[in-house]
Amino acid sequence: MNILYDERVDGALPRVDKAALLSELFESLPDLEILHSQEDLMPYECDGLSAYRVVPMLVVLPERIDQVQTLLKICHARQVPVVPRGAGTGLSGGALPLEQGILLVMARFNRIIEVNPKGRFARVQPGVRNLAISQAAAPHGLYYAPDPSSQIACSIGGNVAENAGGVHCLKYGLTVHNLLKVEILTVDGQRMTLGSDALDAPGFDLLALFTGSEGMLGVVTEVTVKLLPKPQVARVLLASFDSVEKAGRAVGDIIAAGIIPGGLEMMDNLSIRATEDFIHAGYPVDAAAILLCELDGVEADVQDDCERVDAVLKTAGATHVRLACDEAERARFWAGRKNAFPAVGRISPDYYCMDGTIPRRELPKVLHGITELSEKYGLRVANVFHAGDGNMHPLILFDANQSGELERAEALGAQILELCVAVGGSITGEHGVGREKINQMCAQFSSDELILFHAVKKAFDPKGLLNPGKNIPTLHRCAEFGSMHIHHGKLPFPELERF
Amino acid sequence: MRHDHDASTALLEQVNYALNERITLRIQGSNSKASLGRPVAGEVLDTRSHRGIVSYDPTELVLTARAGTPLAEIEATLDAAGQMLPFEPPHLGPGATLGGMVAAGLSGPRRPWVGSVRDFVLGTRIITGHGKLLRFGGEVMKNVAGYDVSRLMAGSFGCLGVLTEVSLKVLPKPRKCFSLRLEMDVHQALSELAEWGQQPIPISAACHDGQALHLRLEGGEGSVASAIERIGGDSLDSGYWADLREQRSAFFTSSEHLWRLSLPYNTGPIELPGQQLLDWGGAQRWLKSSATPQVIRQAVSSVGGHATLHEQGDTPFQPLAAPLLRYHRNLKKQLDPQGIFNPGRMYAEV
Repeated sequence: MNILYDERVDGALPRVDKAALLSELFESLPDLEILHSQEDLMPYECDGLSAYRVVPMLVVLPERIDQVQTLLKICHARQVPVVPRGAGTGLSGGALPLEQGILLVMARFNRIIEVNPKGRFARVQPGVRNLAISQAAAPHGLYYAPDPSSQIACSIGGNVAENAGGVHCLKYGLTVHNLLKVEILTVDGQRMTLGSDALDAPGFDLLALFTGSEGMLGVVTEVTVKLLPKPQVARVLLASFDSVEKAGRAVGDIIAAGIIPGGLEMMDNLSIRATEDFIHAGYPVDAAAILLCELDGVEADVQDDCERVDAVLKTAGATHVRLACDEAERARFWAGRKNAFPAVGRISPDYYCMDGTIPRRELPKVLHGITELSEKYGLRVANVFHAGDGNMHPLILFDANQSGELERAEALGAQILELCVAVGGSITGEHGVGREKINQMCAQFSSDELILFHAVKKAFDPKGLLNPGKNIPTLHRCAEFGSMHIHHGKLPFPELERF
Repeated sequence: MRHDHDASTALLEQVNYALNERITLRIQGSNSKASLGRPVAGEVLDTRSHRGIVSYDPTELVLTARAGTPLAEIEATLDAAGQMLPFEPPHLGPGATLGGMVAAGLSGPRRPWVGSVRDFVLGTRIITGHGKLLRFGGEVMKNVAGYDVSRLMAGSFGCLGVLTEVSLKVLPKPRKCFSLRLEMDVHQALSELAEWGQQPIPISAACHDGQALHLRLEGGEGSVASAIERIGGDSLDSGYWADLREQRSAFFTSSEHLWRLSLPYNTGPIELPGQQLLDWGGAQRWLKSSATPQVIRQAVSSVGGHATLHEQGDTPFQPLAAPLLRYHRNLKKQLDPQGIFNPGRMYAEV
């Protein structure tokens, strides 16, 4: 079932008189850059999920908060849908435009307002890149912990909207754990502060509610993040296994030994071979799986932990364990993992990246299920896994030029996500629902739960003008999605509660 | 002997009865946190019959338990497996329950270094104001599907729904723990803490009582040993932190009003009438004072913090800015349309 906005199932959008809107914007906001011609709009037709494209009605590129405020007031009065966007690196189509909506690009708010080493925080505008925060904090020996793989390009405003993660979440948390305060504009252009400069704020925890809300409850205009002291040292162990199950069990054994690694990543054989061909990281190409385990902190502790983890890995049946001998080798080990996606891109014309999470103990079962689904659909799947926090990124290999392969890849991906839900996991760990997983939301949540999500939305945006159609599906869409599955006689996991 | 029991059906029935009869509910566990917030009128909904640990797998670092489970039982279970609730929740009474812990949202001395209750909430089951028992979040560390309703519940004092089950992330206990006492005045303590905070020193608690700075160091043997060598001071009994967390220290015995001041890290000493005790490395300060709420809140707001009266009162929580209050009311109206759950516990209008 198509994921593009479909008024029939996703709800009618207000009709917008583009000419009248444009003339009011020109008059009220003479210095706001507005793109409205087809060739200027084209570059904004998609975010990081480039398989789906919609040319927006208008693109606006404000540089001052008061411009955003006026814009929102006008859009609210005229009932114009607004889709906020940061750097546009999101992988789930959270910033996919609407034909009848304005794309509000916040990328020009790229100023770091304050880095306060004694207060251990940085106050930045929403368009500041994730990595730029750590770079600005580095002279003080501090950094901003969440590090999504797009950190060189993605913006902090988008990180807040998606509750972005990265490879260090088990130890350092997600975006929501590393925020102090967020300034937002409500749908009608009112300023509101969520959180505070202190560690908590009076009232409901709206900061937690807004983090990961995909731009549907308000527009982020300023972010205060926590900064942490940089770990003194980081060391990486590379362990090879002759079975994925053993590697999976080793992860549990490390944690059972009371050790929380800074990063703990797993790759299967297809990912290992693709990566080794590309990066020459020194990975064992004959291993069924490898684990990369990074230990960071104070030198003496890290030394101890390395010895403990080495012993645990060997007991768990690792065929080989190597400690990166120096910083160069450590960087090489990580370069392999961080380039796993492009490496897979070299062995297949296209790939589709999934983002399910599972309880770690279910890993062997889920990998087995993925292998079966992969055979059933006739498409290869490479598995890259944030093993420490249970976040899987199966990469489905396909060729969009072969008729029907994209559809098969989507169907396979959907089944993988539903498998994650069936074992007690989630359809998305860090990429967000956006439009991409709008149908799978129907598998994870009951209609009553979706009704409650819509009630939350209504509290902040009763007319549904902020990023309509993202994150939470309508019951109508789920009803059609459910009936489609049954119609084809392959309703997965019949034991799941359905409606 | 545990008395595990699933009473969710009975709790749901009571909520639906209240919805039908249009009566309000006062949600409580052991009532250990009854002194926090505003008084609530309503029929008691007692969660304690709904108790028991539903699942706990130490290698997953996740524990799921029913809301009425005694906190002591959860902590004993974790302790036996070498793990803990990292945020050290204050019990404030012998029968404190998991549900009350999440609803009150209070965290103990380790909070600035590891996070708060809400940071460790992964999932919840909630009875809503529409009379449904629903599940949000789950038992996985990363989950961004839908809105984060589970974390919203933390610190909401039962005003948005009845918590029936909570999944929490837990952590291994540190290998080494050492507490120490350093004679120094509050100015010096705050300046040392600001300095240490920028370095990888394994501090996990820091309290100044007016005479001395009390520190706890936690980590591996090596990091703790080198921090002790660097910082010095006299050894301190680790029971100090439980006394602080449970407000059993001498400071808390005076009869004046108890205020909790929440402040940015780098806030200097705040001049207010009465006695102060600095916790959380200065980010949480306890104040025993008879000064008026206006005087206290003015002093604290001017440095970016907020003040809570830590006993029952008419406006115990810092009043909200107008737009925030408006959205609190909207949210309450949407999630609890009949206003049956703990009406007015936090704010008269909510």
